[in-house]
Amino acid sequence: MPETRYVRAINDALKEEMERDPKVFVAGEDVAIAGGSFSATRGLYEQFGKERVVDTPIAESSIVGLAIGAALTGLRPVVEIMFNDFVTCAMDQIVNQAAKIKYMFGGKPKLPLVIRMPAGAGMNAGPQHSQSLEAWFTHIPGLKVIMPSTVYDAKGLLKSAIRDDNPIIFIENKILYSLKGDVPEGDYTIPIGVGEIKREGRDVTIVATSQMVHKALKAAQTLSAEKIEAEVIDPRTLSPLDKNLIIDSVKKTGRLVIAYEAVKFCGYGAEIAAIVSEEAFRFLKAPIKRVAAPFTPIPFSKPLEQFYLPKDTDIIQAVKEVVAN
Amino acid sequence: MELTKEDMVKLFTTMLTIRRFEEKVSELFLGGKIPGFIHLGIGQEAVAAGCCFPLKKEDYIANTHRGHGQCIAKGADIKILMAEIFGKATGYCKGKGGSMHLASLDLGILGANGIVAGGIPIAVGAAFSAKYRKSDQVVACFFGDGATGEGAFYESLNLASILKLPIIFVCENNHWAEFSPQSTHMDIEKVAQKALAFGNIKGETIDGNDVITVHNAMVKAIERARRGEGPTLLECNTTRYRGHYEGDPQKYRPKDDLESAKSNDAIERFKTFLLEKNIVTSKNIEDIEGEIKPKIDEAVKFAEESPLPLPEETLKDVYS
Ligand SMILES: Cc1ncc(C[n+]2csc(CCOP(=O)(O)OP(=O)(O)O)c2C)c(N)n1
Repeated sequence: MPETRYVRAINDALKEEMERDPKVFVAGEDVAIAGGSFSATRGLYEQFGKERVVDTPIAESSIVGLAIGAALTGLRPVVEIMFNDFVTCAMDQIVNQAAKIKYMFGGKPKLPLVIRMPAGAGMNAGPQHSQSLEAWFTHIPGLKVIMPSTVYDAKGLLKSAIRDDNPIIFIENKILYSLKGDVPEGDYTIPIGVGEIKREGRDVTIVATSQMVHKALKAAQTLSAEKIEAEVIDPRTLSPLDKNLIIDSVKKTGRLVIAYEAVKFCGYGAEIAAIVSEEAFRFLKAPIKRVAAPFTPIPFSKPLEQFYLPKDTDIIQAVKEVVAN
Repeated sequence: MELTKEDMVKLFTTMLTIRRFEEKVSELFLGGKIPGFIHLGIGQEAVAAGCCFPLKKEDYIANTHRGHGQCIAKGADIKILMAEIFGKATGYCKGKGGSMHLASLDLGILGANGIVAGGIPIAVGAAFSAKYRKSDQVVACFFGDGATGEGAFYESLNLASILKLPIIFVCENNHWAEFSPQSTHMDIEKVAQKALAFGNIKGETIDGNDVITVHNAMVKAIERARRGEGPTLLECNTTRYRGHYEGDPQKYRPKDDLESAKSNDAIERFKTFLLEKNIVTSKNIEDIEGEIKPKIDEAVKFAEESPLPLPEETLKDVYS
């Protein structure tokens, strides 16, 4: 299998889907001539032209509105919001419009659109360029939320997202853009709503999302040397959630640690903890632990951002605490 | 308010300080001493200096990611500014904000902003407050041409117009929004034309690389604001020398665009003017340079020697 980078996998998925379906188009700030702020749309403008790769003004709300109107009338837009943080400027269009159109119009409309955006800290980009806001979207019925952690998953899931008939929030990760990984030649897709066991283990289940999957795998390796075998699960799609994958794992291990980069309080991990408490409580041998960020904005200065970010060592410590029970 | 010779020297000094400060920031960033994203306003100094000069200390500014210049022109201490850009505990925001989030309420700097157009509604709020408190303060709200694509821009102008607020919307039109030239995100020639949509806003386009023109236009706009006659949309045409951010290879930028920008250098033009009018001598200019350099060096030294914030500082300041 050829090796490529995460951002290239996104790029390839866009290119292949545009080749496959003339209804697919891309729009966003600096996505066309400049090829995107992180190069995710590089080369598309040259290949598909300005009708299908559209540079927009700086206008997030209208970018999402453009996607909604186009999707409602037969096209399949894939729009880019340059940073997860800027999507807040488009929340009405996403939450009150895109998410509800099918339902409130009696189920008939299809709204095949994808809103891509990179999230995550670690670049000293400060409070308004580093957030992980996935829980804002998973709280909204009508949106599907995807957050891939590997190169393979990024490509396969983006292709599925583009072929899906629902509004999809596709959250990439800035730090992962340079990650290398193998992808098969040719077309493949990964079903939305299906998680994956990234590492098998019998002692503890670690559910991790996005770049935290890699920290969980690193932690699992360290723990293995100490004879603790962690099972690492990546839901890949946050909504709808493949909850049985998690519940079955917890039934096996009896212990759960959840690792995510966002603020811990009211974050996505709270939902996983609640589901497991409701549906697999009697299998738990220890309280559930979450490893996530403190309840603060993301500070600029290096030592502060380092302090803020949840680390593999935090996962190791949390695992040791639950295994001690 | 006519500029005295002394004023002109001050203006020149401010512009040159901004230039040298930012050149130093660039050098330090490229040398790996400064983390994060840096956006420089080299080439745009006349707008910051000319607009802030006629403001009083109590007046407010709100600015953008490209905000070092306005902060210096509004009276920021370059040592503390540099420390913030380094992420040091001694910076204006204790290292929590960095280059994109410089703020000092004591100096009337309401905040640089990482969200394009994010500061415009806030500036309107400050203008509302000034009017409400009958304080006679005005607000200068800085933003780029690209920011006029955001809904927040139009909503803010409308509100400020309806309420006749004491605000000057200063568009620093460098004709680039990131990697896109103005022609790709606007299909009219002038940002100031957008004022036509609002009853009480006066739109004006000026040469933003001529600091005296900027200053005089700003004086008029401030007077109009203080008289309660409403906002001005002051479009200052200017030039961005550097990439959108430091490290931007600018592949998208035609060579002659940058060359023609540099031939219209605000500092060179003002220098020539000052020399021709016998306001300063070449020796005076050298002296000014000579005074600025050690101040910049001192700022860098202060920033380098300042402590980093303690990690636990992360948890403080979320609430009052
Ligand atoms: C809401 C939002 N959208 C997009 C961005 C990314 N971005 C940062 S600066 C910029 C261009 C701004 O152009 P302009 O307003 O002309 O200011 P300039 O950079 O030229 O000073 C963009 C698109 C952002 N920071 N915030």
